[in-house]
Amino acid sequence: MTASLLRPKKAGPDAPDRTLWLVAYTLLTGLLLFWGSGRLDPGTKFNSVVLSFVFAAFLGSLLLAYQWRANGAVKVLVGVFVLIFVVPDIGRGNGSFFDLAIQMCIFAALALGLNIVVGQAGLLDLGYVAFFAVGAYLWGIFGSGQFQGIVKSDLPFVPLGVGDWLIPLLLTLAGVAGYLWMKAIDRAHPGSLKPRGGQRAARAFSVLLIVIGVVGILVLVATLINAAITSHYNGQPAALSALASGINPNFFWLFIILAVAVAAIAGVLIGLPVLKLKGDYLAIVTLGLGEVIRVFANNLTKYTSGPQGISGVTTAPVSLLDKLAGALGFPPEQFKLFFLYFLVLLVIGVVITVNVRLSRSNIGRAWVAIREDEIAAQAMGVPLVRTKIMAFATGASFAGVMGVIFAAKQQFISPESFTFFQSISVLTMVILGGMGNIAGVILGAAVVTLLNLSILTALSETLQALPNFNSNLDPAKYNRLIFGAILVLMMLFRPEGLLPSARQKIMMHENDDTDPALDSLNDDGAIGGALGTGAPGMPDVTSPGQATSAENTPIDRTGGRQ
Amino acid sequence: MSALLSKAAAGSVLSVKALTKTFGGLLAVNAVDLEVPRASIVSVIGPNGAGKTTFFNMITGIYEPDAGSIELDGRDLVGLRPDQVTKAGIARTFQNIRLFASMTAEENILVGRHPRLKAGYVDALLRTRKFREDEESAHEAAGVLLDFVGLKRQAQELSTSLPYGDQRRLEIARALATNPKVILLDEPAAGMNPRETENLKALIRSVRDELGVTVVLIEHDMRLVMTLSEYITVLDYGTKIAEGLPHVVRSDAKVMEAYLGRGAAAGEYGKQQSGTDGVAHV
Repeated sequence: MTASLLRPKKAGPDAPDRTLWLVAYTLLTGLLLFWGSGRLDPGTKFNSVVLSFVFAAFLGSLLLAYQWRANGAVKVLVGVFVLIFVVPDIGRGNGSFFDLAIQMCIFAALALGLNIVVGQAGLLDLGYVAFFAVGAYLWGIFGSGQFQGIVKSDLPFVPLGVGDWLIPLLLTLAGVAGYLWMKAIDRAHPGSLKPRGGQRAARAFSVLLIVIGVVGILVLVATLINAAITSHYNGQPAALSALASGINPNFFWLFIILAVAVAAIAGVLIGLPVLKLKGDYLAIVTLGLGEVIRVFANNLTKYTSGPQGISGVTTAPVSLLDKLAGALGFPPEQFKLFFLYFLVLLVIGVVITVNVRLSRSNIGRAWVAIREDEIAAQAMGVPLVRTKIMAFATGASFAGVMGVIFAAKQQFISPESFTFFQSISVLTMVILGGMGNIAGVILGAAVVTLLNLSILTALSETLQALPNFNSNLDPAKYNRLIFGAILVLMMLFRPEGLLPSARQKIMMHENDDTDPALDSLNDDGAIGGALGTGAPGMPDVTSPGQATSAENTPIDRTGGRQ
Repeated sequence: MSALLSKAAAGSVLSVKALTKTFGGLLAVNAVDLEVPRASIVSVIGPNGAGKTTFFNMITGIYEPDAGSIELDGRDLVGLRPDQVTKAGIARTFQNIRLFASMTAEENILVGRHPRLKAGYVDALLRTRKFREDEESAHEAAGVLLDFVGLKRQAQELSTSLPYGDQRRLEIARALATNPKVILLDEPAAGMNPRETENLKALIRSVRDELGVTVVLIEHDMRLVMTLSEYITVLDYGTKIAEGLPHVVRSDAKVMEAYLGRGAAAGEYGKQQSGTDGVAHV
């Protein structure tokens, strides 16, 4: 990429109009791409490394459309041309580019979700990929033969006896009774619970009893549902055999919605206990919880097949799109990619909209306020835990949706895909692109994915084809080294990321050129004038409990010395 | 207006009784009472380490008191979180300015509007009418408040790039944005030059006179305290040692002693300064 891209600046209104340049660039790189992939002249085909770079340069036209000042309609046209026409067409000839584009969108959505948590709310989450895993396994289990395996197994423990339910119910009742008792004491003698003491400890213990009891009841209910499903299918071999490749694939649509909810709930559950921690402590705990989910996936063999993973994950059938793809000359094995590509474009559109809308609302402002100063934010009436939970759940839900699509695209999921390194690489995308900035984060995801899945793999393929190639030098083996080097260089020379948010840029370069004035004495009269005009038109900022100064007060209001 | 009504309006808006806080073995605040009349300017003063900021932190919910009660218009505030206290009607500023560094002056004030906005998460996602009205009213309030503290022209500037005195004023505006009944100012004049202090004095007066917000002040600048406050409470080692009208407190022997030490209070210093500023130069 050119030097001007490494220092991108969002063009101001006085920047030169570059509509023609944009069109020229898009057409030129598009032409190169067509030529290089052998679509113009089947004889010529670029080396795969060169082709990867050409593909990256072609996608760069989207970045230029975003950055440059140009005719709005042309920008939209460029976007439609690149995303709707060229990428699928290139994908028809070379399926790996299709795959790559989908993967880029998936990671862009992940990075956008993490950006809310880390970039906006400032909560360092090192276990983010756990929510991705939740979504992937949600559809992976139900959308594959795995589900048949679960219901075919022996009838599990059926908790129907009174004795099974007695203990958790008693615990809950005891907890509720204790809590109400303490509440009654508090109401009868206000303030008695305030100092740390026996009563407060008793109240905390009651809450603990309620939690244990309710969790116990929930586990029993889940077991009961499991048993009911199992016994239902055990009586009906026909229904059971219909499950050979999972439940009805049309449920895919439902699961996309379901994944939002389930991942958000997982976000709340993981978030509630850990969000009282700050900074490094939060990072360590989220890292641990992320690993917990992976270990669950590894060890709940009955449900997840453990390390072997789940294969044969299906997708919803969309005959209309399939017909369209067929009419456009796509080979049948690409129908699924064709569908998923447009699905992923749609989802990422929704994700970006949600992201933009939230960040430009009181919720987004509260996130930034919490990142800047928790104490001040709370003193301004921002409820810390609830606002942080919102950030956590929103980020998690993006990952959950993309998890479902990821499982459908890969057709195979295993705990390998959800390791700590995945969390780190999503974080890398956020930091590399520009923390807090939506366009920057997408760029970061695109760059990292391109580098990882396209350029480095193409490079190693090319090198391996050489005679006498020493396989220890295979660049694909060094991708983490290359990432490390890129990250170190970025942190040294451009810590705010490729496309920083306006906030970050100002903060990081605050002392470069500005010299904040030290006093406000030049603004003579500013305050006097302001005070004179402020009063009449401010119904909105007067105190709810105001008493006008004209009212009598018993105190002396002479103020000054006497 | 009936006698009953005027009595209610004239009563205490904030009433603190026997507030106590210990940190380990240190008694930071010891059974301090404070009655703040509605629409008044009240000061809490005392030497460094007297427990003034701890006292504020308990009122605003940052610390939980070991004993005592805090009532705002008859509502008990003990045990509430700081954001709930703010929503109930107490706003504050901080001794060391705590503006949101990466936000503009206007955005800082918009955060202050947070407890008064009704639109929730779903409203923000769907851009409902409630949300749009909320945003509009918040921006309007921010404009009015920026005008009120004289920072209208600096609305889009980064809060931390403002001059020091302006940052203090912005913090007051941000606190006012929460629609408080009572605003607690923790050393608002610290580090200000005399000119800025004069501007601040006018601002604090207009907060009370024009917005009807009750002001409670912690301050070391005695000239400001003596000219501005209608009532003063003096803390020393966490205990209230004096309270009353400014001229009474100024000549109180215990207050002199707390500020100057026993010998100085009784001796030459008192003689030299008598009739002039008293403790004002301390």
